[in-house]
Amino acid sequence: MIRNGAFAKLFSLVFAVFMLAPLVVVMGVAFTPEGFLEFPPSGISLRWFEAILDNPDFIDAAIVSLQLGVASATIATVICVPAALAIGGGRFAGRDALQALFLSPLTVPTVVLGIAFLRFLSMMGLNGTFGGLVFCHVVIIVPFVLRLVLASVTGLDPSIARAATSLGAGGWTVFWRITLPAIVPGVVGGWVLAFITSFDELTVTVFIVNPATTTLPVKLFSHITQTTDPLVASVSTVAILFTVALMLIVDRLYGLDRLLIGEGTR
Amino acid sequence: MAILELRDLTKRFGETIAVDRFTLSVEKGEFVSLLGPSGCGKTTTLQMVAGFETPTSGSIALNGRDLSKVPARARGLGIVFQTYALFPHMTVEENVGFGLEMRKVPADERKRRIAETLDLVHLSHLSARYPRQMSGGQRQRVALARALVIEPELLLLDEPLSNLDAKLREEMQLELRRIQQEAGVTTLLVTHDQSEAMALSDRIAVMQGGRLIQEATPFEAYDRPTNGFVSSFLGKSNAIDAHLEAGGPGAAQLRCGDIRLDGPVSSQGPGAVLVSLRPERIEFCGEGEGIVSGTVVERVFLGDQWLFKVKTGLGELLVVRRNSGRREPDLGEAVHLSWQAEHLRILEAGSAA
Amino acid sequence: MTGDRARPWLLSAPALLLFAVMLVTPLVMTAILSFNSFDFYGGIQPTFGFSNYADVLGDSYFYEIFGRTFLIALVTTVICALIGTPQAYFLLRMHPFWRSLMILVVLGPLLISVVVRTLGWAILLGNNGVINEALRNIGLIERPLKMMYTSGGIVLALVHVMVPFMILAVWAALQRQDPATEKAAESLGAKPFTVFRRIVLPQAMPGILSGSLIVFSLSASAFATPAILGGRRVKVVSTTVYDEFLNTLNWPLGAAIAVILLVSVLAIMVAWNRLVEKRFAAVFQ
Repeated sequence: MIRNGAFAKLFSLVFAVFMLAPLVVVMGVAFTPEGFLEFPPSGISLRWFEAILDNPDFIDAAIVSLQLGVASATIATVICVPAALAIGGGRFAGRDALQALFLSPLTVPTVVLGIAFLRFLSMMGLNGTFGGLVFCHVVIIVPFVLRLVLASVTGLDPSIARAATSLGAGGWTVFWRITLPAIVPGVVGGWVLAFITSFDELTVTVFIVNPATTTLPVKLFSHITQTTDPLVASVSTVAILFTVALMLIVDRLYGLDRLLIGEGTR
Repeated sequence: MAILELRDLTKRFGETIAVDRFTLSVEKGEFVSLLGPSGCGKTTTLQMVAGFETPTSGSIALNGRDLSKVPARARGLGIVFQTYALFPHMTVEENVGFGLEMRKVPADERKRRIAETLDLVHLSHLSARYPRQMSGGQRQRVALARALVIEPELLLLDEPLSNLDAKLREEMQLELRRIQQEAGVTTLLVTHDQSEAMALSDRIAVMQGGRLIQEATPFEAYDRPTNGFVSSFLGKSNAIDAHLEAGGPGAAQLRCGDIRLDGPVSSQGPGAVLVSLRPERIEFCGEGEGIVSGTVVERVFLGDQWLFKVKTGLGELLVVRRNSGRREPDLGEAVHLSWQAEHLRILEAGSAA
Repeated sequence: MTGDRARPWLLSAPALLLFAVMLVTPLVMTAILSFNSFDFYGGIQPTFGFSNYADVLGDSYFYEIFGRTFLIALVTTVICALIGTPQAYFLLRMHPFWRSLMILVVLGPLLISVVVRTLGWAILLGNNGVINEALRNIGLIERPLKMMYTSGGIVLALVHVMVPFMILAVWAALQRQDPATEKAAESLGAKPFTVFRRIVLPQAMPGILSGSLIVFSLSASAFATPAILGGRRVKVVSTTVYDEFLNTLNWPLGAAIAVILLVSVLAIMVAWNRLVEKRFAAVFQ
């Protein structure tokens, strides 16, 4: 294997600094003892982390985001597994169209999705409801789940299901005992990616929340656009640490690059 | 004069020694094969000659010039990779012309040489194709043409036929030999396929565990292996543990259990030895004429030949008979085996693979 | 056989139903909405006409916003390609330990909310931000460089958000390449830069082109980054739509702007795909 030269190493270093700088700055600012944003902080203080506890709005928003992420990722996974088995299971008329439809939320600008959902939910009288929010999120995250599950399904040797059938297994048994265990990495990876996508979603959500169902990104966004105090930094820091922990677990279990590249699909 | 000289070439990866004091010289125009099982160090040796690995110690000289400080791109070797490594975004013509372009050969000369080389590999009609539009055998020829067009002092072939199916592989063996001889290029081939090595080479260097075990013409290596590993790696062979009773200048006397055998003339001293006997040198014969008797325990028909396993006092012996239309012994039949004493090879005990 | 033919449709029925109700219907309703009119006192009027489109297409204010949006997206895409391509190649050649670390650095931010990342850029780019303070302290500048509320600041932060997508796309293309092709080129006499330009780059091109498409379409519709770093001063299409919907409450006009955005992004994607397919049909099937 040919290795990198000095230029490549320097380039990678500068690039890593560029990628990490905004995150480091946010985390640094969170520890300031002052009442305004400063970096590097003049001292180390947990004052702004304690302040989170005095702002139940943020905690409520974080709880909504967690519930929303779990609910929408789970629903998306449950409907994507059979759809992926259909699409990955062989040719049929309309297969490409079906796949294109399920991946289409990726190509529609999110702001367009946001207003479409707003228009739809308000006509149905469901605007701002948690249920409405969940189903909108399901639509947004289906492409992510579908891509990962589909990658697992297409990587599956079709003769193992046939082998099970030849040994006397029925359709359900084949699914539960053979197919599902074989695609579990893709399913779990898809769920995690869907959860994170839902947890981070802003552009669509900002249109369809009401004060009772405000999510963490929306709360942070509206706070930032009104005032900038170190509170947003400390909340962000908690969110970063939460994501990093999740990311490390996923990287161990599944491989971050596999999760995000989706094993050669596309 | 030797074109390529490898002297005490050694490569360590941490604790493991991939290549151990390997010495070999290749004459101009010669076709030499490095043959051995996977992990024997043959590929590492090739990578060092090519310049993709740095030797831990030892030297590589091409035409008397030391290569240790020369980067891969300046060695001027033609290399055919196992995967062919064709540039997928370039046509056949562009692939073949790439090396000439790097050498800044003028366009008209480049064109002429590309045409000549494509002609040599019989691909002139496909010069505008992309690699993906070609069959395995055709890609193989493009890879060969790309390596030959730069008129290298040495052509390196890294398992070049291993990605082809059996029938195509045989065709390409003949083709490769023809092209090599027409181009008159000195060639070093790395392979684990003994029949490929024997069919193509002027000389074979058998490697095991990073070391050179035997260096000989294909016929010599097959017929007079110096070692049990070589005899079992090149073709099929029966290995019999025996005791050499009388050494010295005369014919050898061998004892195997309570069976006595006449051996060939051997200079080896008395002691434990390994006796090797090729299955095609064993004959079925009438009762009383045989050296040992036994029972057929397995019988396989291979079309042009029969393969027998015969249980005897010397252990199970493999016997190969050419299919000449005669009746051959049945399974379970009692048979008598004979061979000529000079067909036995007396090798060092414990040297079998 | 009918059972076999129905099977894939039965399996996809739940997802299909959801998409019909939750995606197709809302989009159709939005398209219809864009033809309605808006009355400041009466709200949305169920009329049908092209007045909203005429308003948008006849107003240089909107041209400026669309122009700025696509220019920001284009510049972001070009910078991502220029940075992302070599970085993906260097990633391929890294020692496995450094590579897995670098993958975390490259891909990790993708999983962190854009709001949080943009907050970081706001802290870095402000007039009293980290970069300006640092430059002032080493005496390079006297007055702060204006980076907040500029298109340049938005591009910088968007590059940060988008470059992982480019690296992923190029990385996927590079992994399909036979590493021996680089060795082959080297053995034929090519210098490292020539190997990159003549062998690696063309093989990475499908990845660069598909990455560019992703980056461009995401940048053209990005919301959080221009909203936080551009505010009301540097408006792009998505922030304009947001204002129409949640501040001015002229939903039909907002819907018309959104439809124009959707159509132009889709048109660019289709055209781009055509171009790519035509160019690479013979080489990469």
